[in-house]
Amino acid sequence: MAEALRFHYDVDGDNFTSAGAASVEVKRKLRQLGFDAETIRRVSIAMYEGEINMVVHARGGSADVYVDKNSITIILADSGPGIPDIDLAMQEGYSTAPDNIRALGFGAGMGLPNMKRYTDEMKIDTVLGKGTTVTMKVYFTTGKSTSSAE
Amino acid sequence: MTVFGLKEALHLTAFALPQGEREIRGGYTGDLLSWVMGRAQENDAWLTIMSNPNIVAVATLTDVSCVILCEGVAPDAGVASLADEKGINLLGSEDSAFALSAQINRLL
Repeated sequence: MAEALRFHYDVDGDNFTSAGAASVEVKRKLRQLGFDAETIRRVSIAMYEGEINMVVHARGGSADVYVDKNSITIILADSGPGIPDIDLAMQEGYSTAPDNIRALGFGAGMGLPNMKRYTDEMKIDTVLGKGTTVTMKVYFTTGKSTSSAE
Repeated sequence: MTVFGLKEALHLTAFALPQGEREIRGGYTGDLLSWVMGRAQENDAWLTIMSNPNIVAVATLTDVSCVILCEGVAPDAGVASLADEKGINLLGSEDSAFALSAQINRLL
């Protein structure tokens, strides 16, 4: 199949209890498409962390997922405050999440590190005061492709 | 061992048990959701004291067999019905996370 499958989601920044809904939906779709458990796990964890980040730091944003012949691309875009120091933000344990978010079990400073760990490529484009776009790619080689969707 | 079997063996409270026949193959104990996301394995029993709705999403994404709230923690309002709706087994115990982890480890 030539064309990529595309899924688009708006991530609601005001509803913390439903945070992760887009990731859960993507997971369900990838399972329907017949992907192996490890690929699904990597994509859903990385996307969930990104989704939570957008809710915590940027009042939401958008998530686009593209399924190609040999890779899944996740693009998370927000209009939040931007990341002042990406190297610092990438350090495990570093977090700027407020206390009320930490009380929910978030803010461990593992979000971006998890996103990098579970994807093959990750790129962060950020402009202070304008927003952040995170692009992640997961390659799959286990023989499952989007053709199983047809 | 199944989730239902574990519930019976350890006299756990069932807040939601939509898939009691699911197998438990291991366990993970922790409250920081990103750690759980990164470390818990499919078919684990996840032990935590976190009781907010976000545990349902984490349980869904990690494919754990069940969530067990330790130390007598009860789920927040609406979380039990949310778990039921999403097919997540949600159990509870008065025991500590340490004691429960040890007991489950012995049973597996």
